[in-house]
Amino acid sequence: MIQVFAFYLFAVLTCIAGAVTILSRNPVHSVLWLILAFFNAAGLMVLVGAEFIAMLLVIVYVGAVAVLFLFVVMMLDIDFAELRGGFIRNFPLGLLLAVVLLIELGVGIGAWSVGGIKLGTPDGTAAVPQGASNIEAIGMLLYSKYLFLFEAAGVLLLVAMVGAIVLTHRQRSGVRGQNVSKQVARRPEDATVLVTPEVGKGVSL
Amino acid sequence: MIGIGHYVTVSSILFVLGVLGIALNRKNVIIILMSIELILLAVNINLVAFSSFLHDLTGQIFAMFVLTVAAGEAAVGLAILVTYFRDRGTIAVDDVHNLKG
Repeated sequence: MIQVFAFYLFAVLTCIAGAVTILSRNPVHSVLWLILAFFNAAGLMVLVGAEFIAMLLVIVYVGAVAVLFLFVVMMLDIDFAELRGGFIRNFPLGLLLAVVLLIELGVGIGAWSVGGIKLGTPDGTAAVPQGASNIEAIGMLLYSKYLFLFEAAGVLLLVAMVGAIVLTHRQRSGVRGQNVSKQVARRPEDATVLVTPEVGKGVSL
Repeated sequence: MIGIGHYVTVSSILFVLGVLGIALNRKNVIIILMSIELILLAVNINLVAFSSFLHDLTGQIFAMFVLTVAAGEAAVGLAILVTYFRDRGTIAVDDVHNLKG
């Protein structure tokens, strides 16, 4: 009973938060509703026993992606009222698209629940091991069967990071930055001079 | 009792909301990126639900890779957005032809 209650709570809140995310006037509110949607989706995943993915969702989406969005929304000085233009004009077409898509998905789910379509049965190579926790099971699978894909995901993140840095980095003029190669190339004999000054006379440099 | 059908329904509603968000906010690229995140979230719910109900962990592994791609996409998308804003002073994207040769 509590499972059913929790499911409907999370499901309804996820859908409401998603709807407000796309309809909200203020993008900051949009980001906050998006965070709520992520939290409730994580709750849905906990309900089916996928704790690791749920925690990953909270850490990656709420902790990184949503904060990044918030950062950009607040950093850029954007006239959001102007960007709302076309919202009403796009509404009928968007709604039509959404309704058609929803009907298609509904037909798909209905056809499946009637029983005409058989879901494939897993071959057992990735079956959940007995007695292992979710994190343990995922770890054992990820570091054996999916090792190379895992490494590829790491490379993908590296490429994304380098790309983001290259895109946003800019060389500003008039700023005294550190020139490391110049500092390293500097030798003591270029930088210092030894003089023996005579008494009563100054030193000419 | 809650079955796979319930989860698929929730994820399809979320997916459609994401598509609707892209269609409605065609000028505001920030909302478009958030809608893409919603779509990827819907896909993740689907993957995890099927993985759990079929007792096969592949779906959860795949959800992790989707998460990786979503994070990278958000980072690069927002970086492009920041450079575009610096260049133009606006983020209206409904008529961007900059990349045309």
